[in-house]
Amino acid sequence: MPARPRPLSPHLQIYRWQIGNSLSILHRLTGIALALGLPALSFWLISLAGGAASYRAAARVFGSAIGVLLLIGWTFAFSYHLLNGVRHLFWDLGAGYERGQRHASGWFAVLGALGLTLWVWLALWHFGRI
Amino acid sequence: MSLRSPLGRVLGTGSAGHGSGQWWAQRVSAVALIPLALWFFCSLLALPALDFSAVQSWLALPWNGFLAALMVAVLAYHSYLGTIEVVEDYVHGNAMKLSLLLLLRFAHVLFGAASLYAILRVAFGIQAS
Repeated sequence: MPARPRPLSPHLQIYRWQIGNSLSILHRLTGIALALGLPALSFWLISLAGGAASYRAAARVFGSAIGVLLLIGWTFAFSYHLLNGVRHLFWDLGAGYERGQRHASGWFAVLGALGLTLWVWLALWHFGRI
Repeated sequence: MSLRSPLGRVLGTGSAGHGSGQWWAQRVSAVALIPLALWFFCSLLALPALDFSAVQSWLALPWNGFLAALMVAVLAYHSYLGTIEVVEDYVHGNAMKLSLLLLLRFAHVLFGAASLYAILRVAFGIQAS
């Protein structure tokens, strides 16, 4: 064993918290949240295939307070992961790396996702679906 | 399409040990999901109601059933690639990593296939009872 531990490369805690790394972490978190939505989607589809009675039972689950809360969360996760995913695809093409562009597209993804979520649920509420 | 160099192929480089194939597949499935997932959820939201008969008759139409089946297949694949990437990055114990990777693979085949099967039953008009 060496007298003192070998130096490690700097990790998360050494960097100043800013929008770039927060949005990167949020992309993974929303991805995990959406992966957890896959069982919910298949439960809904299987209930639909099961006929009117099983569909009504599933609709009651999704229409409960916890169900609606989860669906609102998944709406945000989907919107954000979609918008930020497009941002990542542009980076993969080598575009949008300038500091101003990164910040602007980041804020666009966050605010756009919040706006889309609000819009979807206001529309659902307006047309009497919830 | 493979973006790997011959050397990388031999060495098995990358945290997953199999190079850039997974990275590329994740991007391809992401691009496919932009129109597919948007179409799926927007179509559902645009239905006059979200009750059984409205959703069932919508999904029973040929293009809708086909595209929905395609969507859940790509969705499960993209979700699988994304979640195993998280495990490969952050889980270090071999036993834990292997268990989680197996669990994720089984879960994604289970829920992806269940969704696909449900859509096909509705599309082919198979009545449960």
